[in-house]
Amino acid sequence: MSIDKDTVKHISKLARISVDDTKIDNLSKDLSSIFKFIEKLNELNTDNVEPLSSILNEPLRLRKDEINDGKIREKILENSPQKNEEFFVVPKVIE
Amino acid sequence: MSDISKKSLTEIVRLIKKKEIKSEEVTQSFIKNINNDKKLNSFITNCSEEALNKAKTFDKSPKLDTLLPGIPIAVKDLFCTKDIKTTAGSKMLENFIPNYESTITNNLWKEGAFLLGKLNCDEYAMGSSNETSYFGNVMNPIAENTVPGGSSGGSASALAADLTPVTIGTDTGGSIRQPASFTGTVGLKPTYGLCSRWGIVAFASSLDQAGPMTKTVEDSALMLEAMAGFDKKDSTSINKKTESYSKNLNENIKGLKIGVPKEYRVDGMPNEIDKLWENGKKLLIDSGAEIIDISLPHTKYALPTYYIVAPAEASSNLARYDGVKYGFRSEKSNNLIEMYENTRSEAFGDEVKRRILIGTYVLSSGYYDAYYLKAQKVRQLIKKDFDQSFKKVDAILTPSTPSSAFKIGEKKNDPISMYLNDIFTVPVNLAGIPAISIPGGTDNNNYPLGLQLIGKPLDEQKLLNIAYAIEKKISFKQSLNKWWEK
Repeated sequence: MSIDKDTVKHISKLARISVDDTKIDNLSKDLSSIFKFIEKLNELNTDNVEPLSSILNEPLRLRKDEINDGKIREKILENSPQKNEEFFVVPKVIE
Repeated sequence: MSDISKKSLTEIVRLIKKKEIKSEEVTQSFIKNINNDKKLNSFITNCSEEALNKAKTFDKSPKLDTLLPGIPIAVKDLFCTKDIKTTAGSKMLENFIPNYESTITNNLWKEGAFLLGKLNCDEYAMGSSNETSYFGNVMNPIAENTVPGGSSGGSASALAADLTPVTIGTDTGGSIRQPASFTGTVGLKPTYGLCSRWGIVAFASSLDQAGPMTKTVEDSALMLEAMAGFDKKDSTSINKKTESYSKNLNENIKGLKIGVPKEYRVDGMPNEIDKLWENGKKLLIDSGAEIIDISLPHTKYALPTYYIVAPAEASSNLARYDGVKYGFRSEKSNNLIEMYENTRSEAFGDEVKRRILIGTYVLSSGYYDAYYLKAQKVRQLIKKDFDQSFKKVDAILTPSTPSSAFKIGEKKNDPISMYLNDIFTVPVNLAGIPAISIPGGTDNNNYPLGLQLIGKPLDEQKLLNIAYAIEKKISFKQSLNKWWEK
């Protein structure tokens, strides 16, 4: 399947990555060749195959739902590009 | 004493335990090499000064009953290190300083090692040549302007050039084994779940696995012993007692059955790779093993499956980079959505964007069944191929890569030809099983070529034993003229 320019624009919107108009042609070309490559899978009949959901032979463990850390607010905020007191700051959302 | 930096880890540990050398001397010998390097670009962060202090502290009251006493180790910059910048090779994390330590690095430090530096890698480990790093190309010590492979390219380069005695990498589709093959070193991808993923910058969570990169098989056994172990902080960590891989290393492989899959003989494979593989078979027979022809019929579907599963998981994992909680934030935005879009556009490189877009598409409404579900079904078939084969054989022998190291820029503009590099390594990640690449010989240019041994889940000991046996027979030697110091 070929990934046309409109599709590139649509998926970049979904992925929250702005794409420069000058780069769309190249991306469309690259992605089309990659999809042509991965669509080789279509030649294989998988009607009666269970999809693999985990490669571990054992089921995932459950843990008790209890607090085991906490009180690390300052640590978490340390790497924030913009903060104010105990809050992450983002551009204004509500007009 | 002869140049310490050329010795194996096992030898250095032995000398330290016998108090014949000090940790400071060991550390100095690697720092000297790091300082003399002008061209490889294998380090993103140099921690020489702190390492030297740690070495001196160690020497004051050496604790010798550990696996890695007083050993300086540089690690791939994908492992979070407390208070030390961790970039994942991306502009996004250029200034990210974790306030926690990854379980794997922590395990190394608990065994007496300390950090020597953080090593360059492809951005978010997405690449096969280290050309996608925001911090520039890394060169392979075997020849100028040659790629070291990827994504653990800085790790492989630093190891081969004696800038670190051993290192650790991560392997999602071949990122330990392919660079090991390209640089004439040993690289081990353990069973999925054997080494904790906690604190490793995530790429594709069902495929990512950390492992050692070393000069010898014995060193890999020792490193794996230090790294492996149950970690409750990783929900996919296998709860199993750690084995003494180094103590149990044994070159007697008489009677073992080694499978050779016919599907790995791909079209256009250079004659040299074929010769390497034949030689590998011969050495195994000489060691008393039996070669058995096997079939892994779905091999040709492994790469297409990988290029659905890995980008899908990556697009989901990398959604966390939004310019809010940590990492880069674009300054050019008027509102929240624009801030997200510009942040991610300005700070991710082309390959990362490409993979996020592929992943977003295959997971998007209306396409999930056609791509992602289909890929998970084929992944099941690929895993079953291995399950079936391992009823007949103890391990599988293949080449590690379809070619030796290539020139910087040679494949950069053709994603598919770059992806094809991982054709022999990717199936292993999809099946979650262990594999090791060891130097098997050289091509006409005298560039190293790797042999890959694939094992059953959690059968690392046998894999190491087989690798150990043929390593002795190959006695691979690399003479590098240190062009990077000029």
